[in-house]
Amino acid sequence: MNIVVCIKQVPDAKDVRLDPETNTLAREGVESIMNPYDRHALEEAVQLKEEHGGCVTAVTMGPPQAENVLREALACGADKGLLVSDRAFAGADTWATSYTLAKAIESLGEIDLTLCGKQAIDGDTAQVGPGVACRLGVPFVTCVQKTRASSPDSITVERMMDDGYDLVRLPLPALLTVVKDINEPRVASLKGKMKAKKAVIPMVSAADIQAAPENIGLGGSPTKVVRVFSPEARGDRQIFTGTVEEQVDQLVQQLKAHL
Amino acid sequence: MLKIDCDKCIVCGICESGCPFAALHCEDDCVVVDENCTLCGACVESCEVGALSIEVGEKKVQQDLADWQGVMVFGEFRHGTIASVTYELLGVGRKLADARGVGLSVVLLGTDIGSHGPSLIAAGADLVYLVDHPALEQFREDAYGYALEKIIRLKKPEIVLAGATAIGRSVIPFVATLIDAGLTADCTRLEIREEDGMLLQTRPAFGGNIMATIECPDTRPQMATVRPKVMVAAEPDGNRKGVVESIDLDEKLTSSKVEILETVISEEEQVNIQEVETLVAGGRGLESEKGFALIRELASELGAAVAASRAAVDSGWIPYPHQVGQTGKTVHPKVYIACGISGAIQHAVGMQSSDIVIAINRDENAPIFDIATYGIVGDLYEVIPALIKRIQEVKSDSSR
Ligand SMILES: Cc1cc2nc3c(=O)[nH]c(=O)nc-3n(C[C@H](O)[C@H](O)[C@H](O)COP(=O)(O)OP(=O)(O)OC[C@H]3O[C@@H](n4cnc5c(N)ncnc54)[C@H](O)[C@@H]3O)c2cc1C
Ligand SMILES: Nc1ncnc2c1ncn2[C@@H]1O[C@H](COP(=O)(O)O)[C@@H](O)[C@H]1O
Repeated sequence: MNIVVCIKQVPDAKDVRLDPETNTLAREGVESIMNPYDRHALEEAVQLKEEHGGCVTAVTMGPPQAENVLREALACGADKGLLVSDRAFAGADTWATSYTLAKAIESLGEIDLTLCGKQAIDGDTAQVGPGVACRLGVPFVTCVQKTRASSPDSITVERMMDDGYDLVRLPLPALLTVVKDINEPRVASLKGKMKAKKAVIPMVSAADIQAAPENIGLGGSPTKVVRVFSPEARGDRQIFTGTVEEQVDQLVQQLKAHL
Repeated sequence: MLKIDCDKCIVCGICESGCPFAALHCEDDCVVVDENCTLCGACVESCEVGALSIEVGEKKVQQDLADWQGVMVFGEFRHGTIASVTYELLGVGRKLADARGVGLSVVLLGTDIGSHGPSLIAAGADLVYLVDHPALEQFREDAYGYALEKIIRLKKPEIVLAGATAIGRSVIPFVATLIDAGLTADCTRLEIREEDGMLLQTRPAFGGNIMATIECPDTRPQMATVRPKVMVAAEPDGNRKGVVESIDLDEKLTSSKVEILETVISEEEQVNIQEVETLVAGGRGLESEKGFALIRELASELGAAVAASRAAVDSGWIPYPHQVGQTGKTVHPKVYIACGISGAIQHAVGMQSSDIVIAINRDENAPIFDIATYGIVGDLYEVIPALIKRIQEVKSDSSR
């Protein structure tokens, strides 16, 4: 089974914050990490490969430094990495990202299964997986919490719904996005780390994957960010003072209408 | 590309330290950008002397924008009922349609849906499109996706709204790709810009630490998803008039490759903290599972349901369906009482649109007080019992 895993390098979201005074991003100590959901997609790919044989290729679109997440993926069981990097990709929204990733995946030849994380924690959009599936012309389901069965030509999975789950069978080739419940990702072995360190990771440009210039990067993106700002505080707040009893009294006075 | 005007640049270093990707570097008389730049625009916003700008190439798929008119809502229908998010979308959709002076339509896909027109019209729709087809009985991405694509191409709405639910978040990005439209996920605010009628879509990014406003200048429709309970449904008006139209679609619909073998509805997921008027929420400040006994006592005194922060859920004190926040549920009760919750941004994004937020926390600097309507600074193990006692007194006073 030839499997592609889409992995994104993201800033550790909990550290990113706008300074409300200056409206600038405070980057103090923000680390770049592998998108946590993608770690689970990778683990699932490696488990499927262990069962069926084949090859797992980790693909990322990003700046040259995104190579780090591919090395990490190699250390955790991926066989190959592909870095899709070109200054012309910068500023891509989910539409242009899906286009670019699909082009890169197509350049790899016959792929049976593509796995994505449910969403990337920097944008939280969850749009790239379905977008890539659409471009590849393969069936897909999102938010997979368990693989029940797999064969060379189909896969049966539990897809999370708001009120439970659906058991779904898809013919291959297909695309899945996964949630964290699906598995417990392994930690990199020493051997894996050595292999990852030595590996040569190919880097491809827009021209290499035959991506049309008008469909990539900021220019190819239908959505444009026009403003970024800090979430605003509530205007009407009232913090009580005094003893606990006094504060409770003041609160209950205010709330009487609602009780 | 990021354009740097070295005549204006004063090499102050603000952009360098603010770049989330460490792509900017101060050199002797100008800042330079390296290939790590993702054109996120943070530096452009922060530059005080206007030395930075982003050059945008034109998107090729220029469409005749005037051909696209009206606001369309994807009505979510599952197990015989319309999801409440549909009514919320009709609420905001009505406002957008009125601001644009256009009609509001809603699409319902499924089987046996014929009777649902009136409730959708009462909620604000002018037009209800029904697609009743056996292939749409269960939710399947490809069948639903192709059906929506067809209807959008047929009716050409300028705006399409859908719920950011399991179903919406799965099928809508597929549809947006099929029709080459821009899509903004999980919007918390939608409004029309007066000058040019453009839809402005505001959403949280970076785990809610930052808000971003997004527009789709060159493509139609402008598509957005909205999480449940973020928008408010209008009071149903039975006197509203509207038109129900059945649409026949076939072909591709029947060739779905997604096969649903079984649908399992989980008992646990039924705890619905999104449907109640009052919520009492507990966080790590409870210090143990037992703390939730106190929370439940206060909740039952108020006829409220119990919610929690992720820290409380991760500690195993209460199951996940109770979690509020970015990775939990968004709630919009009349009253939200946060007990021993610090108010981290990821929690706040899920509850800050509550009408009244009450915070009980012993740390007066906790961020929860920034979003609270009323705050009590103190130990929750003293405050809550005192509050319960006081509420009981008030109740017995008024019943006397
Ligand atoms: C990607 C991501 C997604 C996340 N999603 C969510 C989410 O969906 N929902 C969510 O809630 N969190 C989420 N988080 C976690 C979030 O960042 C916080 O860690 C979490 O909300 C903290 O929970 P808490 O307020 O209960 O705990 P803490 O932050 O530890 O706060 C406990 C508070 O209790 C107070 N306290 C302690 N003892 C007492 C006492 N006796 N009396 C009164 N006050 C007391 C303390 O002063 C403190 O303010 C997410 C984080 C990340 C990175
Ligand atoms: N630049 C990227 N490179 C590789 N994979 C990506 C990229 N962006 C998104 N993905 C994949 O798409 C998933 C959803 O991302 P998003 O739609 O941005 O929330 C991620 O979990 C990744 O698997």
